[in-house]
Amino acid sequence: MISANLSAIFYLASGVLFILALRGLSSPETSRQGNLFGILGMIIAITVTFLSTGNFSTGFIFVLIFILAGGSIGAFIAYRIPMTAMPELVAGFHSLVGLAAVFVAISAFLNPEAFNLGTPGNIKLGSLIEMSIGAAVGAITFSGSVIAFLKLQGIMSGSPITFKGQHPLNAIILMSIVVLIYLLCSTQSSNLFWILLAVSFLIGFLLIIPIGGADMPVVISMLNSYSGWAAAGIGFTLENTALIITGALVGSSGAILSYIMCKGMNRSFFNVILGGFGATEDATSNSTKEQRPVKSGNADDAAFLMKNASSVIIVPGYGMAVAQAQHALREMVDTLKKNDIKVSYAIHPVAGRMPGHMNVLLAEANVPYDEVFELEEINNDFANADVAFVIGANDVTNPVAKTDPQSPIYGMPVLDVEKCKSVLFVKRSLSPGYAGIDNDLFYKENTLMLFADAKKMTEDITKNL
Amino acid sequence: MEIDPLIFRLSIFILSIFVGYYVVWSVTPSLHTPLMSVTNAISSVIIVGAIIAGLSGNSDNVFNTSSIFGFLAIALAAINIFGGFLVTQRMLAMYKKKKKGK
Repeated sequence: MISANLSAIFYLASGVLFILALRGLSSPETSRQGNLFGILGMIIAITVTFLSTGNFSTGFIFVLIFILAGGSIGAFIAYRIPMTAMPELVAGFHSLVGLAAVFVAISAFLNPEAFNLGTPGNIKLGSLIEMSIGAAVGAITFSGSVIAFLKLQGIMSGSPITFKGQHPLNAIILMSIVVLIYLLCSTQSSNLFWILLAVSFLIGFLLIIPIGGADMPVVISMLNSYSGWAAAGIGFTLENTALIITGALVGSSGAILSYIMCKGMNRSFFNVILGGFGATEDATSNSTKEQRPVKSGNADDAAFLMKNASSVIIVPGYGMAVAQAQHALREMVDTLKKNDIKVSYAIHPVAGRMPGHMNVLLAEANVPYDEVFELEEINNDFANADVAFVIGANDVTNPVAKTDPQSPIYGMPVLDVEKCKSVLFVKRSLSPGYAGIDNDLFYKENTLMLFADAKKMTEDITKNL
Repeated sequence: MEIDPLIFRLSIFILSIFVGYYVVWSVTPSLHTPLMSVTNAISSVIIVGAIIAGLSGNSDNVFNTSSIFGFLAIALAAINIFGGFLVTQRMLAMYKKKKKGK
């Protein structure tokens, strides 16, 4: 058994290692080392906890069994999961953090002596407040992430679910959570604790159902942030520095990612959270479309255009992930490079279903990361490029965001694809994108639509090159 | 008058938020997905609370209501720790630079 002071120092060390883990992600070269720091920090935290309890009886064996059981499930998932399913995986993992926070809070509430928090029915006020906040945020994280997971997995429809009085209802529930925490702290009633958990689960569910599929990057980032705050709340209860530091890091990390994603769509955070985006636009756009002529082509035409180009910019989007076309795309690019054509990739901040989704898929397909550029880095290059190859993206290329103040996506930063000499659009149909608006780019003189499955089309083009 | 230890913890918390703010802004956008999976893994350090909860039963009776929740939380957090770090490792291993002279 080691002293409380010594273990506090070790917890601090593991907190510092976690900071270094995130710091490592500033560049791909240092990132792997960063991950090792994170693992080391975790090992220190767990070992110190064992040493500080000094309990190596039967209970210890069971703890090890549960760690190994959970660990093998986790390892199995980590090795088996396809990279395209990363958003679902992360949402699923968030839900587990949330639920674990809830369980720890329940355990501490039922048996406060084990945590030095007082006795049942007479828990220290500060601890009770921290505990109930941690539990409530954990519960919201859990149910919210479950919904996000179901939507991403396609088990639940990705379209927003809205009903009348939704926002007032949510506001009432959120206020009731505050009231419940207040009452719980003044009465210490265990019934109120259970009601608080139930209501928090409910609000997590209600908060996420109105948010549509393409807003998932914001939702996942937000839930990431919540899982951090939940951990921090529990960290305060347990007076554990490692948990407090980590909670704060994760909380701010998720908040920053949400901010970046919102900025990528030029929408306020509240606009996204209130949800319902894209649900009402279809009616207006349907009337004008279909009448305008589009040029559509086949793989042969596309191959011809690209063969005669000297530089090509590829714009991947969620459709590429759905079609699992990243490997086929890389093969196409390899062939282009053999013909001395310069190829780069342009990634919009909100392409895909989570921050950095496209980058991971391209990395999986062995695309070197120094050929992949962010919006600001590459947007000026479109004007000098010969061909833009848009694969599975739509709204993020729509020039209407720059020209039409009436449009729901007006002001959103978009890739200046239309400035290219010619644009190739791989898409299954002319249907509007997530925002429900028509893309003018489809009807431009220099646009060639390639109606097909993204993967099949890329493979066909490669054959024709 | 002594300062409540809570104030120290609050200081650590606030300062860590700032550290997090600057560290996360320096993360390159192409690594945002690994960032999420690694933050997921490290937030599972909540397992330390779960372990304390799991060990709260006495040696005659390892399982009481409180410790059962602790054990469940241990399993959940362990899924996340192993899954989170390993999947991050797997992703980061894929990020490669252009091979020179190819």
